Amino acid sequence: MKRISVSPPVAALILAVILFLLSGLLPNGFGSDLDVARAQATNILRLAVFLGVIAAGQTLVIISGSEGIDLSAGSVVTLTAILTYVIVNGADEKVLPALIVSLAVGALIGLLNGIGITFLKISPFVMTLGMSGVVTGAIIIINHGTVSGKVAPIMTRLIARPLSPSFQIPNAIIIWILFGILMWLLLERTTFGKNLFAIGVNRVTARLSGVNVAGMNLAAYSLAGALAGFGGFLVVGNTGVVFIALGQPFLFPSIAAVAVGGTLLSGGKGSYWGTMAGAIVLTLITSLLTTMQMPESVRRMVLGATLLILISIYGRQRALRQ
Amino acid sequence: MKQSRWDALVGRRPAFFALILLVLSLIINFILQPNMFARETLNSNMRVFLPIILMAAGQAIVILGGGIDISVGGIVSIVNTVLATRVGLDGSPEQMWQFVFLSLLAGLIAGAINGFFIAYLRLQPIITTYATSFLYAGLALFILPNPGGGIPANIVAFYRISTPFNLPLAIYIIAIVLLIWLYMSSTRYGKFLFAVGGKADAAYETAVPVTWVQFSTYVISGLMAALSGIAITMLSGSGNADIGGPMTLNSITAVVIGGNALSGGVGGVAGPVMGAITLGIIQNIISFANIDTWWETFLKATIIVVALAAPGIINLFRRRA
Repeated sequence: MKRISVSPPVAALILAVILFLLSGLLPNGFGSDLDVARAQATNILRLAVFLGVIAAGQTLVIISGSEGIDLSAGSVVTLTAILTYVIVNGADEKVLPALIVSLAVGALIGLLNGIGITFLKISPFVMTLGMSGVVTGAIIIINHGTVSGKVAPIMTRLIARPLSPSFQIPNAIIIWILFGILMWLLLERTTFGKNLFAIGVNRVTARLSGVNVAGMNLAAYSLAGALAGFGGFLVVGNTGVVFIALGQPFLFPSIAAVAVGGTLLSGGKGSYWGTMAGAIVLTLITSLLTTMQMPESVRRMVLGATLLILISIYGRQRALRQ
Repeated sequence: MKQSRWDALVGRRPAFFALILLVLSLIINFILQPNMFARETLNSNMRVFLPIILMAAGQAIVILGGGIDISVGGIVSIVNTVLATRVGLDGSPEQMWQFVFLSLLAGLIAGAINGFFIAYLRLQPIITTYATSFLYAGLALFILPNPGGGIPANIVAFYRISTPFNLPLAIYIIAIVLLIWLYMSSTRYGKFLFAVGGKADAAYETAVPVTWVQFSTYVISGLMAALSGIAITMLSGSGNADIGGPMTLNSITAVVIGGNALSGGVGGVAGPVMGAITLGIIQNIISFANIDTWWETFLKATIIVVALAAPGIINLFRRRA
């Protein structure tokens, strides 16, 4: 008997579309109004961008294997969002320096993660968890509870607004598509990508075939940090405000997005397309639950149950007996 | 010769480093707070540490078996909200016992749900227990939407001030947990646990009931989380649906500081128990050292990272030498 197989990114996308169409039937859904439906879909996509970008770094470290994971992503997002907010302070010409600082700070934190994991042999889970605490602590010290700053008008225009009035697609989505293509090139068309999958499958064979495993690991974590930093830059560009708990709500959803997108949490197999689809599905479910005005408790339970069903469909590991 | 002895010590006894950390932190704490071994102070510390110690012991079993349990905080919240709403401030001791029993059952069922999805459906542990943590935390919030409720004051007092034979109640509970582990690790089940955590495929080929062992670790973890929830409810005396959430990651950190490998198959329960106490003492030290509150989070996290890094740093230097 041949089993029908749909690749996880496609399955996740189909699911997203079905869920979205079903949501139209809800009492306060879009019903048969196509314009409202399009506006809603665009809005959900726009919200998914931030989770998607933050989950990009997560995708890289998870593909790199050896229990790779980045639990510091949430606090890095908060840190770079605050840094961007303070550096830009309403001035358009300071946006580029702020972006560079965000990427650099993220990469530095990622590099420290990589050093701990590669050379001190600390397991990624606890190393990045500890780093998350350190970064949060650093934010508290820098902040002293208050920050003064402002996002620049150009950031809002580039991230939150549409390209032009006649072309109603927010720039964030266009940025995300370009970003997705870059991630695809990185993973599928470069030596870095090839080596990343190689160390994810088996570090010993990768080393024996001449891959610099330690270097790759450092690069993967640094890049993941930089991407989380970029995520923070985008998030503040969209929200326009910062607070200490800004990034943390993105952390576990970023891991869930990777898993829902069919990337194996044990490493060596996966794609960024999957993560993008996962980010869309998760954002969709969360915003649907919010529009349905369910109490927080029911929202949490439905989200948990949906996640369980999703990963039961295609998140299963190989059977012991084969 | 000296180096090989170090290897033997750390290799065969993963908890050795945890013991060093514990003694070190105890000494620092003692210097800052000279009366810390007095009965009252010791008791007030141990009763605060107990919930996370119980949780870490359960987490240690799951991690030994090669998994991880992120839903334990949710289970603690369920138990806490059930006790606080169903027993109430003026409940009778019989009611309390009844709901303590129900809480244990709830922990068992929650653990069995995790175990079913992970061991039988073969889902990935991190993401599965992450999903169920939402289920459990949501259920707790459903039971008790706003903090409130509570358990009778005399039961809280019993937990807080009982010191049989001049030793805190918590010490006896920890001793029982360790004795059970000592017995468990010598049984066939204990051997199976290490085999499954070390290499599940190889264990399967040597006729170890891998699926059943994996399932059982989550049930044990659920049960320990329920005990942890009972302890924290008796400590606080009130209900709050978000009480368990922050404990989860601490329990994992405690297990790793205790010398268990997060990949499974290496370690024990004594190390994680020491790790949990060490975490509590670090918090103590920070609050006693008169540090600016702004610095607390940063210092605590840095100390933990350094503690995690220390074995690796020692190994780096030893390889150079």
